[in-house]
Amino acid sequence: MYAQMVKTDADRVKTLDEMAPQERAFQERIDRNEKIEPKEWMPEAYRTTLIRQIGQHAHSEIVGQLPEGNWITRAPTLERKAILLAKVQDEAGHGLYLYCAAETLGVSRDELLEKLHSGKMKYSSIFNYPTLTWADMGAVGWLVDGAAIMNQVPLQRTSYGPYSRAMVRICKEESFHQRQGYDIMMKMCAGTADQKAMAQDALNRFWYPSLMMFGPSDADSVHSAQSLAWKIKVDTNDELRQKFVDQTVPQAKYLGLTIPDAELKWNEEKGGYDFSQPDWDEFFDVIAGNGPCNKERLGARVKAWDDGAWYRDGLTAHAQKAATRRTTAKIAAE
Amino acid sequence: MAQGDTTIDRTALFEFLTRMGDNSLILGHRVSEWCGLSPVLEEDIALANVALDLIGQTQLWLGLAGEVEGKGRTADNLAYLRDAGAFRNLLLVERPNGDFGQTLVRQFLFDAWHFEMLTALKKSTDARVAEIAAKAVKEVAYHLERSSDLIIRLGDGTDESRARMQAALDDQWSYTGEMFLADDADRAVAAAGIAPAPDTLRAAWEKVVKSVLSEATLTIPDGSYAHKGGKRGVHTEHLGFILAQMQFLQRAYPGTTW
Ligand SMILES: [Fe+2]
Ligand SMILES: [Fe+2]
Ligand SMILES: [Fe+2]
Repeated sequence: MYAQMVKTDADRVKTLDEMAPQERAFQERIDRNEKIEPKEWMPEAYRTTLIRQIGQHAHSEIVGQLPEGNWITRAPTLERKAILLAKVQDEAGHGLYLYCAAETLGVSRDELLEKLHSGKMKYSSIFNYPTLTWADMGAVGWLVDGAAIMNQVPLQRTSYGPYSRAMVRICKEESFHQRQGYDIMMKMCAGTADQKAMAQDALNRFWYPSLMMFGPSDADSVHSAQSLAWKIKVDTNDELRQKFVDQTVPQAKYLGLTIPDAELKWNEEKGGYDFSQPDWDEFFDVIAGNGPCNKERLGARVKAWDDGAWYRDGLTAHAQKAATRRTTAKIAAE
Repeated sequence: MAQGDTTIDRTALFEFLTRMGDNSLILGHRVSEWCGLSPVLEEDIALANVALDLIGQTQLWLGLAGEVEGKGRTADNLAYLRDAGAFRNLLLVERPNGDFGQTLVRQFLFDAWHFEMLTALKKSTDARVAEIAAKAVKEVAYHLERSSDLIIRLGDGTDESRARMQAALDDQWSYTGEMFLADDADRAVAAAGIAPAPDTLRAAWEKVVKSVLSEATLTIPDGSYAHKGGKRGVHTEHLGFILAQMQFLQRAYPGTTW
């Protein structure tokens, strides 16, 4: 999940009877699966929670360019280079759709970026892990985009109209992302011993961080309960994680790779796999800024933004000059 | 229409095709270095687009080069298994990215030439060349439109943006002359009607460059000195590092399929 642990400002979820008439009408619309549109009334907490969630998602898309961008200049063939470029370009596009969706809630892209750069807003923990070999391009597409799809497909039905529509566009592209990743893995697993070892190593390193993408168990979380009630979250973190494991294990088998979990086994009763939890201490360390690449990733984004200030200022100044010239010409003509 | 490789010696045609392919390969590589690091999200997207176009064109030019050569080398073989001395790109395109202004000026100076070159190649006597050019010129028309527009806006922007654009122009100008220099291979393909003689593109290139730079309130540098060597495989120090990165996997794991 690209938005992990979004706070809602709720201390508990109100019942319909406890709500003021306006809020109650709002909740009833959501319960009827109606979409909420930008100009319509919404509780302030709904708005701020959505801004946090969409913002975190958008930041994840743009920071997410970096681990894969890391291998574009080293892609092993012209075709792989082109595919990876197209994939990373899509991620930038996803960032753009999502910042636009957030803007409809009254927050500008620049404000959100400022919060990312100052560390007030987060992006997904997964992008703080390094991409060390070409097989990581396979593992990222297969597992990371795979986990993202798991989360984003249900979000197509989310209650906020612009967010839901952004998700529809994004999901169309995500399946290509996952396929290109899996395709890299297939090539490597059918290749030389070196390639297969690289593929297994990539799976070993990305497996638990991918499971962390869904966030810690939120069965008892008030924030999640509130988000579920508002339908800006559709499944619990544990449900999504289970689905992801159940989908991924057979794919790993098909590749001839071993999931790095000795406890992994099919549970007939629940109709899903039992599996080990990731190391949640590690997760909280990464969230707190101590992952292997936090400094590089955020540092790269901040540097890009700061180095680009003159470019953005230049374009703004030109637009102002051009507007003044048009006005002057108009006055002269009159 | 005569098929190029029956009327002209294959070495000259191969030489010409690798020049086209290597220009787009190396510039595409440079542009792709910006991934995720440009000044605004829209630029990340636009740059990826330009890089994608250039890599696509590389596949076509180098693919044809391998065919013409007739030794069974593919576009990938040519891209990933030649050493720097066998690369035929202009020195301009291997120049480091520098700040975003340097990248834009390099792109603009190249786009203006690339567009004229491809426009002329649409009329090539070699149908395969004409076909690639017809496809590529549509993409490059857009590259030129975009780089011209940004040069104008940033030249005529703030004092700082103008100063940066002017510095970039002063820096790169001496790498443009190489575009118009001819050697035996150029003369051979021109004589066969496969490609224009390089110097015939200069007037049109200058016209575009002058008009854009003047609207951008930038000054064309005086110097007429032209750095050269790329077209015959004598490169700057930068190309070796580009190749070290680009070719790493193919070199470290020879004969592997990816
Ligand atoms: Fe995405
Ligand atoms: Fe993604
Ligand atoms: Fe993706």
